[in-house]
Formats: sequence, structure tokens, C-alpha cells
Amino acid sequence: MEIKWYIGLAVALFCTGIVGVLTRRNSIIIFMCIELMLNAVNLLLVAFSKMHAASALVQSNPNVVSDAQIFVFFIMVVAAAEVSVGLAIIVMLYRNTHSVDVNFLNRLKN
Amino acid sequence: MDPKNIWITFPELLIWFPLIAGLLALVIRKEKTVKTWAILSSLITLMISVASLYYADNGKYFYYNNVSYFWLKNLGSNFTLGLDGMGHLLTALTAVSFPVIFIATFKTNYKNANVFYGLMLLTQSGLMGVFSAMDLLVFYFFWELAVIPVYFLCSRWGGERRIQATFKFFVYTFAGSLLMLAGIIYVYMHTVPAAFADHSFAINAIYSADLSLAEKNWIFWLFFIAFAIKMPVFPFHTWQPDTYEQAPTATTMVLSGIMVKMGVFAVIRWIIPIFPDAVLKFDNIIIGLSVFGMIYASLIAIKQDDLKRFVAYSSIAHIGLMCAAIFTKTEIGLQGVMIQMFSHGINIIGMWIVVDLIEKQTGTRKISELGGIAQKAPVLTIFLVVIALANIALPLTNAFVGEFMMFSGLFKFNMVYTAFALISIILSAVYTLNMVQKVFYGEANTITVKMQEISLNQKLILTLLLVFIFLFGVYPQPLLDLTKDTVTVIITKVTSIK
Amino acid sequence: MSNVFQLVWLIPLLPLLGFLINGLGRKQLSKTMAGIIGSGTVFLSFLISVAVFYSVTNGNTYVAHYFDFINITALKIGFDFQIDQLSSIFLLIITGVGFLIHVYSTAYMHDEEPKDFAKYFSFLNLFIFSMLLLVMGANYVIMFIGWEGVGLCSYLLIGYWFKNTNYNIAAKKAFIMNRIGDLGFLLAVFWLITKLGTADYQEVFANVSKLSVTDITGISLLLFVGAMGKSAQIPLYTWLPDAMAGPTPVSALIHAATMVTAGIYMIARSNILYTMAPVTQGVVAIVGLSTAILAATIALKQNDIKKVLAYSTVSQLGYMFLALGVGAYTGAVFHVMTHAFFKALLFLGAGSVIHAMSGEQDIRNMGGLKKYMRVTHITFLLACLAIAGMPPFSGFFSKDEILAAAFERSPLLWGVGVAGAIMTAFYMFRLYAMTFLGKFRGAHEQEHHVHESPKAITIPLIILAILSVIGGWIGIPEIFMHGGHRLEAFLAPVFAQSNALTVKHPLSHSTEYMLMGISVGAALVALIYAWSKFSKYQKTDVEETGLGKVLANKWYVDELYDAIIVKPVQSIAGYLSNIFEKKGIDGFVNGVGKAVNYSSRQIRLLQTGQVGTYVLMMVLGILIFFIIQLFL
Repeated sequence: MEIKWYIGLAVALFCTGIVGVLTRRNSIIIFMCIELMLNAVNLLLVAFSKMHAASALVQSNPNVVSDAQIFVFFIMVVAAAEVSVGLAIIVMLYRNTHSVDVNFLNRLKN
Repeated sequence: MDPKNIWITFPELLIWFPLIAGLLALVIRKEKTVKTWAILSSLITLMISVASLYYADNGKYFYYNNVSYFWLKNLGSNFTLGLDGMGHLLTALTAVSFPVIFIATFKTNYKNANVFYGLMLLTQSGLMGVFSAMDLLVFYFFWELAVIPVYFLCSRWGGERRIQATFKFFVYTFAGSLLMLAGIIYVYMHTVPAAFADHSFAINAIYSADLSLAEKNWIFWLFFIAFAIKMPVFPFHTWQPDTYEQAPTATTMVLSGIMVKMGVFAVIRWIIPIFPDAVLKFDNIIIGLSVFGMIYASLIAIKQDDLKRFVAYSSIAHIGLMCAAIFTKTEIGLQGVMIQMFSHGINIIGMWIVVDLIEKQTGTRKISELGGIAQKAPVLTIFLVVIALANIALPLTNAFVGEFMMFSGLFKFNMVYTAFALISIILSAVYTLNMVQKVFYGEANTITVKMQEISLNQKLILTLLLVFIFLFGVYPQPLLDLTKDTVTVIITKVTSIK
Repeated sequence: MSNVFQLVWLIPLLPLLGFLINGLGRKQLSKTMAGIIGSGTVFLSFLISVAVFYSVTNGNTYVAHYFDFINITALKIGFDFQIDQLSSIFLLIITGVGFLIHVYSTAYMHDEEPKDFAKYFSFLNLFIFSMLLLVMGANYVIMFIGWEGVGLCSYLLIGYWFKNTNYNIAAKKAFIMNRIGDLGFLLAVFWLITKLGTADYQEVFANVSKLSVTDITGISLLLFVGAMGKSAQIPLYTWLPDAMAGPTPVSALIHAATMVTAGIYMIARSNILYTMAPVTQGVVAIVGLSTAILAATIALKQNDIKKVLAYSTVSQLGYMFLALGVGAYTGAVFHVMTHAFFKALLFLGAGSVIHAMSGEQDIRNMGGLKKYMRVTHITFLLACLAIAGMPPFSGFFSKDEILAAAFERSPLLWGVGVAGAIMTAFYMFRLYAMTFLGKFRGAHEQEHHVHESPKAITIPLIILAILSVIGGWIGIPEIFMHGGHRLEAFLAPVFAQSNALTVKHPLSHSTEYMLMGISVGAALVALIYAWSKFSKYQKTDVEETGLGKVLANKWYVDELYDAIIVKPVQSIAGYLSNIFEKKGIDGFVNGVGKAVNYSSRQIRLLQTGQVGTYVLMMVLGILIFFIIQLFL
């Protein structure tokens, strides 16, 4: 399959994420949208990696084959950690304000 | 004389001793102790400086006065210090001024006296560094080191509008410093490679930096504006009256007595040798500006009602003459500047001491509210009149020699400028005599009626200043001999490109 | 070489010591001690000066080098003294007349507090020191040191009674006007240094041929500006009458006998520069003559005894400059000398009168003092005769020499000069008659109190009176006595260079007799007229009108200066300090600060604290980058 389909899918996911972040006020949904953007980037990384690996094989250079694939695993692990911290923050937020609306979070202003 | 046998040199002593003394002062808790310590340490510095004058001859005692260690060697900067004639002159002025200032203001009480005196001593260390730096980066380092404590001194111990005044002072000097830094880096990038680096900050490398004429012409202004602000020369002077008015008197004395000489010094040490072509090109503009500034400041001084602002404007007028005389590039003019740097320092510190005494006793600095002090405190009046007359360069006082030589140099450069500049000596007589008359003569009023005669230590310190005033007024030759080497070097730099 | 020259450094040093002792010990010293120290040091200087003078008459001159004042490659100025014919005469006048005035002062100032008394003597000694430096210096810089020094002493002594604001203003005016003159002097010295690399008299005069005509004219004119300030010539003369605020002995010493003649000394010293600059000579002669006439007209209508004498001094100084301008250098120095005697005598006599009248200075309130004060009266009369130019009093010889020299140059100068001499005779005898003749017009207590002054006052008067009478006999003109002009022969070496350059057209004997006859006769007529008119003077309340009013108000010169110089300077200063400095420069500087402040306040509003807004901004920013990258 050509690379442009992957890019198209990633852009679509990313834009969905952005729109979600910008328009929603529920922090859980915003959080999910951020994950969506993260995964869009992951998808791109994997796709590019595959493409470059193919061209590297042509040039018989095996060293570059799977760097980015490993990178994506790293990101997924970090994202998992992030999710646990992020959800914990949201839980604390709910306990304090009885709301998950981000517009309440402007206490630092002024 | 083997340099290996000399384990410490004079410039090092002059820099490190006040620095260590200042750091020690920070930890002393008792106010009385810290004052005594400040006086004691500054007297020791004075002794070091006097000793250094004995070994001032660089032909014989070169290794007593010059030293260099590795510092930022990969940048091409070594920690190079050296004292030539001008360096000796100004370190001596710094060394003389601080004990005088500390003793004269001994009665003044400060909150957190340890910090105050610590910062003052740090300033002294910085000033010594400026006057002995033989490496452009070291110079810049000390230049800032000398000014930074002054910001704190003004903003913490100053008068009512101290924050505003300090802010103005800070913005002015910092703007100047940044321009200079840009200039320094540009010049540095055009120097030849040093031992461990692509370029060098050493004074000789900087002097021979490979700059085109056009480059010299604009970098000249980067440096000049920085130094013009410090001196200050019209129109960069407006920070000065505000700062002098608001800073604590001891700091004002340091600022006006020594710190303005940093600007004059830097023009002679750096601008003229680095940019002789630009100096030749712009000399008319700068002398014109200076002469205009002299008359301008003198006229404004006539209208001042606050004694501190009065002294500030009179100082601007005098510095204008120094700036003009430097740019005549004549031997006689430059020698005059040298003498005048020392004399002006002594005289203006004397003025501040008297102003401070009056303010302490009467609680006001307004000329219009004072009067008749001569009846109540004749000794104080005599001191003030002598210092004021020295300030207007009456013969047989120290300032006459300097001004005579500077005007003489200016005349060699251009007669018309001299005629205009001489108008300022008439104006200086007008404003000085006006002030003397209004403050000291006439009948005493309700404010001055309780004036007391000055105390013994104040008498002693003012007598010391008078000794300087008359000694160098009658026999200025030692100062001329001391600075001869610097002047010769500078003149050769300019004449070699003509 | 005579040994006495080894001691010349003592001549200025002794008064300096007197100044230091009296100044520092003014609280400890009694009045007697202060007076003895003050007068004694000057007397010792006088003795040395006499010895020096005697040695000089034997044809010795001396230049002493003490130490280097300024010594750099481009310029050497030594602390040098030069003793020759010219300076030795001035030494005698300064220390001699100075000593008499010191003695006089011990009595005149006797009512002062001891410490003020000592202060007064220390100032007088400082003045003598400066004046001696002025005449003894061997270069223009040392002369300038003395030059400014005497100005300072004059300032200090005019403002001696410092509680009085008007006196302070007079003192300030004197100092500032002198400084204006000093500006010219300094420029001339700088010019010399620039062109010749030296300020030493001998070197300058030896190399004077190296200067172009422009240089010489410029230098001599600028030096003359200096002389205008110090010697009170148009336009810088107005300080001298105001300087009468000082104690009377000070007026006698500084503002009549010595300091004001410094300008004449300086030009006589630099005579070669003037001889080689005919343009300057013309200016000097015209300024001198106009001053002589202008001051004489003002003196006609003054009623303050010291003011009349002050304007008379200005007028006589004008004659001296006339002499210098027509190249009669000896005549000028001669008149300086005789004038020092009779004008000091007049001032001291006036002081004696003021002392007797308990401070009264208005001659309309005097009259008839003849019978109360015999010594003062006779000595004053002799001085008046001398200043009026009556033979054989000293003033006759010196004034006649000046007028004869003026006639040689131009009969017009002579004519105007004689007019001045007539006025001099008139106003002096008006003063004399109103003071000493007629009936006493003062208050009764004053009349009761009028008395002859003590010996310390009358003895100096008598000595000066003798000098005023016989002082002229050292300069008897050739037509009366062959070789009678001893002064001219004595001073010849000083003016040799100038004399070699000038061509003399000696007047015929008959012309000279005629000129003398006319001037003396006319002055005599004026004298008798004034005597007869004012010896019967009665106080009237009639206001002066027309020209009289203008003269009484001194031609309104002070008001004119005030309007065209003082006020504009003040208003420019006010404009600069209040508007230009505050609104202009500081306004710009503060404006920069305010602009930064304002814009940061505005930009601050972008920080809403809403994370959503920030993200939106971020996205928009990225989008803009994309658009730029992809489409532009």
C-alpha cells in the first residue's frame, strides 16, 4: 500500500484529536483526544519506518530496519504511564471540584 | 629581578584585598565593628596603593605591576592585569577616596550596615579591576562587577524616589553595557588567533584587530555611547542628577568621584587605540557635543535649587571638558585629563562631604532655604569656599593645572571651541558664587540658626583633601611624570595612522 | 650678581606666611598681634624690595627658576621669578603703599571683632602675595596665577561684611567681570603656547618675529580683554564702583593703587607685542580715552565720596591705557606710580572722613570739615591738586607726559584728553569743596562726634601726601631739565625692543610749552569755578533732570547690561533646565520607559489562563506555518 494512505489516516486521527481538544470541555474526553493525537503520530512513525526499511533493503543496509518500530513501543509504554498519571489527576480534580470541566481550572489566572 | 620570585603583584593585591575584605564585612554583625573594619581595610588598600606608586616605574619593576593567569583559555582570554601610569593614578584615586568616604560618613547609620559596607568594598574591588585590566573580557567583567553593587546600594539605602532613580540608572548603564558587549564581541571576532583559541581578548590583539574603516566607524559608536553614558556626556547625562540626588551620599561620592572616571579612563584605554581612524573622523562631532554639554550643564546648574543636583550638573560640565580634551589627541590635553581625573575626584568628594554635613545638620538641601552658615560654622565655610574655588579652577588649586592644560590642548585643536568652552568658566564662577552666597553668606535664618561647627574627624578629613588640592595645585609635576608613559603610548597610536 | 637677588623668593613668601598665621590663628591672636604680623611681613617685604630696587638701579636683572610647574614634552612652564626695572618699581609700589595701608587699617578696622580683624589682615596679606606673584612671575602662567589671585582677594574683601547681601552681590559682580577678562587673557596665553610653545616672557619676546601679524594682533587684543576686566575699562568697568562696598582701606589698596593697575603692568610687560600690532594700539588708545571721558562725566554727578573716587580711578586708568595705546609706556608706568600715591591718599583721606562722620558717605551731608580735621584736610587738598594736574605736584608730570604723547599721535586724542583733565579738576574740587569747605550739613550728633583720626591713620596720610607732591620729580620733562626724566632712563631696557621699532617725532619746545599751558590753564579755571561754586553748597531737594539725571544714573549702563546679558542668560538657563532638560531629554528617556511599560501591559492581556485558548493559538500558529510552507 502506498504511504499516502497511512499519512491520510494519521492526519485524520490527528485532526479529530485537535478538534476534540479544542471544542470539548470534559477533561476525560480531552484526555482521550490527546491519546488519539499521540497514536496518530505513532502510526506515522511506524509507516515511515516501514517505508525506509524497504528502501534500505534495496540498498542492503540492515542497520536501519527496525529503529522506529522500537521507538513506537517506547512511546506506548510512556503513554501508558502518562494515562495512569493523567487519570489520577482527573480523579483528584473530580474530588476537589465535583466536575471534570476544564473551564473551572483557571485558578492560576491573575 | 626574576618574575618567579614575585608571588603576588600590586594589581592582584589591590583587587583581591578589597574583595576579601568586602566578603568578610558581610558576615560581621555589629555595626560599629563593620564600620571600623571598612575603614581599616580601606586604609590597608591605601597603603598597598602608596607602595605600588613607589614601584610605578614599569621599566624597572615591570613584574611588580603586571601579571597574567590562564582563565578562559579556550576563548582566548587570560586574566591579565597590569598597571601603567594611568592605572596607577586611578587606582591611587580609588584607594584614597574610600577611606576618606568611610571616615567622612562614619556618623551615618545604615540598616544592615554589614551588607552596605560589604557592597561598597566589592565596588572598590571592581573599580580596581577596571583600572588594571589588560584584557578586554576581564575589563568587561570588572566593569559590570563595579556597577552591580551600586544598583543595590542605591535601591536599598537611597532617598524617597530611589527605586525610580535606580531604575533609570540601571537602564542607562545596562543599555550602554550591552552596546559595548556587542562591540567587544565584534572586535574579538576580528582578532588574530591566540594560543588555545581562534581569537584573543588580549589588549595587544584587540588593539591590532583587523577591522575595515567602515567597521571601525560604527563600532566606535557602540563603545563611545557606553562610555559616554558613564561619564556622562550630553545628551546621555540625565540619569546622573537623579541618581546623585537619590543615592546614599557615600555611594554618590563613589559614583561621582571615581565611577565617572571609568568612562574617561575607558575612552583613553580602549577607544582611542582601537579606533584611531574613527576618532580622527568624529573628533569634531564629539568635541562639539562636549563643549555644548559644558555650557548647557553650566546654565542648568545656575537654576538648580537642590545642592546635590547642583553638584551633579557642575560635574557634568567638568566631565564635558575632559571628554573634549581627550579627543584633541594632543599631549598637553591628555596630560591635563590625567591630572583632572585625579583632581576632580578629590574636589567633588570634598563637595559631597560639605553638602552631606549641611544636610545632616539642617535637614534640607534646598539652596533657597539655607543662608548665613558662615556665621554659625566659619570653619566649614572656609573648607567649602576653598573646595568650591578649586572646583572653578582657581590657580594654585589642583583643578587649575588640569583645566589649563586641557584648554590649551583644545586651543591647539580649534580656537573657536576653546572660546565657547571658556564661557563655561565664567558660568561656573556665576553658579558657584551664587551658591556660596546664598548658602553661606547673609544672615542666618530659622533653619540654619542651629548649625554647629564641624567635628574634629571631619576637619581632619577635609584638611587632608585641602592638602591634596594645594599640593597638586602648586606642584603637579609628580602626577604628570606618573602618567607620561600612557599618554605617549596613546599619542603614538593616533599619530601612527595620520 | 648681587646677593640680594637670592632673597627675592622671600618677598611674596613673607605676606603668604602672614596670611597663614593670621588665617589659622585668628581665634588666638589679639588685635595688636594680628596687626603687627600683617603689617610687619609686608614691611619686611618692602625692605627687601628696596634692596632689590637698589641693586636693579645698578643695572642688575635676575631670573630665578625655583621648580617646574608644568613640564611635559610639548610645554615647559617653570615657577620662575623675573626681577628687572619694571617689576622692581611695582614691587616698591605694592609693598610700600601696601604697608602704609596695613598700618592705616590697624586703626580703621579697630572696631571689628578680634577674629574678624585677623581675617581681614590675612586677606590683605593674601592680596599682597598674589599681587607680588603677578608682577614677579617670569611667564604668563605665573602672572595669571597672581592675576586670578588678586581677583579672588578682591572678591573676599569686597564681601568682607558678608552678612550684607548687597555687598555680596557687588563682590560676585567683581569676580565675574574679572573672569570675563580672564577668558581673554587665557585665550591669549593658549595662543602663545600653541604658536611658540612657551609662555616665558624672554622666550616670547625673543621669538616675537616668528608670529604673523594676525597672531600678534589677536594675542595682544585678547590680552587687552584681560586688562579691561582687571583694570576696569569699557565695557567691563561697572564692577569697580560697586566694589566700594568693601572697607575703605581695601578700596585704597586694591581698587585704586595696585590691583587695577595690573592691566597696565601686563601691557607694559608685553609692550613689544603691542608695538608690533598698530591695530591693537589704536583699540587700546580709543578704549582708554573713552573710558577716561565716560567715567569723568559720571563722576561729575556722584554724591557718594567713595563713588566719586571710584569713577575718578576708572577715568585715570583710562589715561594710562591711552598712554599705552600711543606707545608712551614709560608715561603709563609713571602715571601708575603717581596715581598710586595720590589716589591711595584720596581714599585713605576719604576713609578718615567716613571714620570721623561715623560711617556717613554722602558728601551732601558733610561740609566744613576743614576746621575739625586739619591733617586730613591738608593732605586731601594736596592729593586733589596732584590729581588735577597742577604743577609741580606729581600728577602734573605724569599726566602731561601722557597728553604730550597723545598729541604726537593725534591732536584729537590730546583735545579729548584735555577735556577729561578739565572734568577731573572740576569733580575733584567739587568733592573737596563739598566735604571740607562751607558749613557742616550733617546731623548734630555727627558734628559733636567729628574728630581728627588717630596717628595710625594720619601718619600714612602724611607720608603719602609727601610722595604725592614730590613723586613726580623723578620724571621731569626734558624741556625743564636736561636728563630730568630719570624714570625713562631707568625703564629704558624694558622698552628697548619697542623703542627700536618706533620712530619718534619730538615736539618742538614751543608746542610743548603751549600744550602744557592750555591743559593746566583750563584745569585751573575748572578748579576755581568748582571751588567757588561748591564751597557755598546748600542742600536742595531739586531732582536732577535731563543730562544730569542720565549722569547721576551712570548712563544707565548697569540697567543695560542687566537687560541684554543677565536677564537673557537667566531665562535661557530657566528654559533649558525646566523645559529642555525635563521635557526634552528626560522626556524622551522616560518616554522609552513608558512605551515599554504600556506595551507590556497590553501584551499581558493575551495571557487568559484558559488552556483551550493557548492550544487554539498553538494550532493556529502551526496552521499558519503550514500555509506559508506549502503555498507561499
